[in-house]
Amino acid sequence: MNTLTVNGIRHTLDLDPSTPLLYALRNQLELNGAKFGCGLGQCGACTVLLDDQPVFGCLTPMAACEGRRVRTIESLGDADDPGPLQAAFIKHQAAQCGYCIAGMVMRAQALLEQNPQPTETQIREHMEPNLCRCGTHMRIIAAIREAALSRQVKPRSKP
Amino acid sequence: MKRTLWIWAGAALAAGCVAAAWMLQPSIAAVAPPSPADFEPAAIARGARVVAQGDCMVCHTAKGGEPYSGGLALRTPFGTIYTTNITPDAATGIGGWSLAAFKRALRHGVSRDGHLLYPAFPYIHYTRMSTADIADAYAYLMTRAPVAATAPHNELIFPLGFRPLLAGWNLLYLRPGPKPDDAAQGAEWNRGRYLVDGAGHCASCHSTLDPIGGERSPAFSGGHIDGWDAPALTALLQAPRPWTRAQLALYLRHGWSPDHGAAAGPMGPVTHSLSQVPAEDTEAMATYLMSLQTPAATPATPAPPAGQQSAQVLQGRTLFNGACASCHGVAAPMMAAGGRPPLSLGSAVAGASPDNLIQTMLNGIPWTHPQPATFMPAFAASLNDAQIASIAAYLRADVGRRPAWSGLEKRVADLRKENQP
Repeated sequence: MNTLTVNGIRHTLDLDPSTPLLYALRNQLELNGAKFGCGLGQCGACTVLLDDQPVFGCLTPMAACEGRRVRTIESLGDADDPGPLQAAFIKHQAAQCGYCIAGMVMRAQALLEQNPQPTETQIREHMEPNLCRCGTHMRIIAAIREAALSRQVKPRSKP
Repeated sequence: MKRTLWIWAGAALAAGCVAAAWMLQPSIAAVAPPSPADFEPAAIARGARVVAQGDCMVCHTAKGGEPYSGGLALRTPFGTIYTTNITPDAATGIGGWSLAAFKRALRHGVSRDGHLLYPAFPYIHYTRMSTADIADAYAYLMTRAPVAATAPHNELIFPLGFRPLLAGWNLLYLRPGPKPDDAAQGAEWNRGRYLVDGAGHCASCHSTLDPIGGERSPAFSGGHIDGWDAPALTALLQAPRPWTRAQLALYLRHGWSPDHGAAAGPMGPVTHSLSQVPAEDTEAMATYLMSLQTPAATPATPAPPAGQQSAQVLQGRTLFNGACASCHGVAAPMMAAGGRPPLSLGSAVAGASPDNLIQTMLNGIPWTHPQPATFMPAFAASLNDAQIASIAAYLRADVGRRPAWSGLEKRVADLRKENQP
C-alpha cells in the first residue's frame, strides 16, 4: 500500500511502488489534467508540482512521493472559477490543441510562487523543459507575463 | 644603534626594489583595434581551429552571454574569479592588445597593462603553444564581433586580491615556452602531446591540485572540478572495457563512445569544442594519451558482490524502474535506437567515486549541444537525497557489480549544496 497526498487530500493506493505518479493520478484518482506525452521526460505534458517544484509525473515513481505533497492543475481552479494563471491562459487563447497546457500552467505556477515578478528571460529559461507542438509558446509567455503583472498568484511562503 | 637601523632600512628598500622589479611587469602600449582586413583569411581559419583546441569559448562566455565576452564565474577554493572579455572591444575587451601583448598573456600570464593574471587562466599550458598558433588565435579572436561587457569583480580570499603575489606562484609552476619534440617518439605522438599539454590544457582539470592550486605531479592522476570528478587519464585501460586509441579519438570529437557512454558535466562543452577540430587533432591527442597508461592493476570486471541485497539497493531498484527504466532499461526503445552502451560500462557507475553518477541524476544532461543521444532530464526536484543515494547504490551493486560506495546520502547532500549558485 502506498500513501499519496494530492491537492491536500491523502489517498491510500494499492500499486506497485515503481508506478509513475502520472498513472496513479490519471487512472486511480481520475485527475486527468496532466497528460501522458513522451514518457521520457522530454515534453513536459505531465508536469505536476512535488513539494512545490515542477517534476515530470511520468518519471516520478510512487515510491518517491511518500510523505511529500503533490499538486495538480485541478488545485488551481476549474472552468467556472479559473485561477489567475488559468484565466490568463484563457484570455490569451494560449491553448491550441491544449495537450501541453496543464503542464505549462503548473510549471508557470511554480515560477510565480517562487519569483512573482520574473523577467521575460527568466520566464523563457524556466519554461524551457515544456514543449508545445502547436507552437503557441508566444501566447503562453504572454499569459504568464500577464498573470505575473496581476500579482494574483500567491507567492510561496518561505519555509 | 642608529646606524644599524639605517643599514636594515637600506637593505629592506633594496630587497623591495628587487621584488618589485620581479613582481611588476611593464604595460604594453594599447594599439588601435585592428581591422579584419589586417589578417589573412587563412590565418583566421587556422586560428578558429587553435581556439577550438584551446576551448577558449567555454570559459570566456557567461550563461546566455555573447561568445567570448566573459563574465562566467569560476568557483575555485580561493574564491570566485570572473572570466574576462576577450572580444576585440577596445574599452572592455582586448581590442587594444597588440600581438605582443596577447603573446605575453599566453606565455607568461601577464595582462596588457602589466598586472599578473590568475592561473585559472591556464597560461602554464598555453605557454607551450607555438608562436605561429598564438598569432593565428590572435587573428581569429581579433576578428570576432566586439562586445562591450565588463566582468564583475573577483571575490577572492585575503590576500589573493593582491596580484603581485602571483609572481611567487609562477616561480613554482610556470616554465615558459614551448617544449622541443621528443625525438624518440613519432610525429603524431609529439603533435598529441603538444595539443594535450598546450592548448588543450587537459591537466588543468584531470590533475590533482596542491593546496595553492598548482597541478601535482604526476599529471593526469584525476581531479575534481565544479563538483564533478575528472577521471584519471592514466587509468583508461582499467575501464570495464579498456579504452582504445580509436574510441578515445571518437569520444573527444563526438562526446560519446559506444563502449563507454557520453561526456557530461564540464567535459560536455570540451567535446563540443573539439567537435570543430579536424579528426587528425583528436587522433593525435588519443595517441599521446594512450601512451600514458599504467597497466591494469585491478581485474576489469570484479565478481558480483555475494550475499543478500541491502534495503537501500532494493529501494533503488524500485525507484530506477519508475524513474529511469523508460530510457535506461534493457528493453527500452531508447537503448535499442543508436546502440547506447549499458550503464555498467560508463565511468559514472564503474568509477572510484559516485560523484558523476549523482551529478548526472541531479542535473541531467542539458540540451546544450547539437549531438543527439546525450539529453537527460534533471531529477533534483523529484528525488530526494536518500532516493538518489539508493538508485546509485542499486546501479553500483546490481548493474556495475562493483564494491559498494559508502556515505552516499551525505555525498548527495554535499553535492546539492555545492551546485547552489
